[in-house]
Amino acid sequence: MLICTALSLLPKETSGEYGPIAGYVPVVLLLLIAIAFPVAALAAGRLVRRKVETPEKQIPYECGVDPISDSKDRFSVRYYMIAMLFLVFDVETIFLFPWAVIYDKLGVFGLVEILIFLGILVVGYYYAWRKGALNWV
Amino acid sequence: MPLLLFSQPFMDSPLIPLIIEWSLKIFFIFGGLMTALAYLTWFERRVLAYIQMRLGPNRVGPAGLLQPLADGIKFIFKEDIVPLDADKFLYTLAPIMSLVPALTCYVLLPFGDKFVMPGLNREIPLHITHVNVGVLAIFALTGMGVYGIVLAGYASNNKYSLMGGLRSSAQMVSYELAMVMSIIGVLLQAGSLDLVEICKHQAGWFGMQWHLFTYPPTGIIGFFIFLIAMVAETNRVPFDLPEAETELVAGFHTEYSSMKFAMFFIAEYANMVTASAMATILFLGGWMGPFVDQFPLLGPVYFTAKVGFFLFLYVWLRGTLPRYRYDQLMNLGWKFLLPLSLVNLVLTATIALFFM
Repeated sequence: MLICTALSLLPKETSGEYGPIAGYVPVVLLLLIAIAFPVAALAAGRLVRRKVETPEKQIPYECGVDPISDSKDRFSVRYYMIAMLFLVFDVETIFLFPWAVIYDKLGVFGLVEILIFLGILVVGYYYAWRKGALNWV
Repeated sequence: MPLLLFSQPFMDSPLIPLIIEWSLKIFFIFGGLMTALAYLTWFERRVLAYIQMRLGPNRVGPAGLLQPLADGIKFIFKEDIVPLDADKFLYTLAPIMSLVPALTCYVLLPFGDKFVMPGLNREIPLHITHVNVGVLAIFALTGMGVYGIVLAGYASNNKYSLMGGLRSSAQMVSYELAMVMSIIGVLLQAGSLDLVEICKHQAGWFGMQWHLFTYPPTGIIGFFIFLIAMVAETNRVPFDLPEAETELVAGFHTEYSSMKFAMFFIAEYANMVTASAMATILFLGGWMGPFVDQFPLLGPVYFTAKVGFFLFLYVWLRGTLPRYRYDQLMNLGWKFLLPLSLVNLVLTATIALFFM
């Protein structure tokens, strides 16, 4: 019902077809189904399965040996480096998407522009490589 | 609110058939998909067994065809163990976070052109929905899957899980870069982010218009970068470091059992199908094939066949290749695939400008 109401409010294009926003309504529908499925599966499981809790069973698995410390421990700083580098490159790819779509209208200007853009990025990439940010271990 | 539905302008509007059409399509896609995912596990075990000169599951039903059903029943009845000191809310949320985006992707994948339903005189497109930024939407949704894995590793209160979750997130973000870079050449040729438009751009010339073959050699280079990155994205052999059983027991899902474990499993297979479908749409012409213009219903057949090839490739790789070491994996992603895809992108742009 809500979907119907929302749909009737959506702007129409001149051709009488529904605009680009209407295309997302099925996405929302399937999203709701996709959320309902795991929730229903968990609920069904809770109804039929038996649960016998013993302290031994609930200990985190460490190959049969009692765990020594908490798992919220320090870990390698490399993961932070990867996260930061990813952020840089990911923002860059966001710029590349619209550029690629209208490339045939940009012509030589588009090529020169992207060479400058990638050139700046490659300098940073080379610096990170030389400083050993990409080395593991 | 109910009155609105039966009001005259509403009944006359083209909305009602549209909503019925969407609901029917979603029903068929979702139902067919869940069955297909279940049988994908059977398929993988059987093929893997034949590669290793075994028989595989062949006892439950004819040729083991009821095995997925038996597995499903077993998953529901197994005890659900939550480890001591685990974050209960995040522990439950993690498999849901991993499964939901994986399943939602399917609404965006086109598997055919439109055909006219006999008797109804209504043109029915063979894709559930048509979004003008389909590629971005798919990548956004598959990117969400990382959250589930990280949360699972963090919430389990297990050192193996934590290591698996960290490794997995680092691996997935690293290969996502190469993956996204490798498809920019395709977008440049098609001039659109719309998956339907990208498929239509590859029509004709007996498959020579597929983006795999256009602008040689950039199409083939891009395709192989995408192929390697998609195997790494879905955490499959030879890049299954997050669940390397020789070092990490089972990685991020060590502590998971019963239905929650099944959800991670379904999500992994759903992601495999999405990645295969994306490779098909972007590089192998989607639903294009012989006679597809005359008989549009052949489109889904070709599409399924192409996706099936990639799924077989996944199993084949698993049966053939040994696992990478973690530093080798990161080196391959950051020091080889990423620069190569950048060079490939510039090469594609140059060819597009001066030779086409």
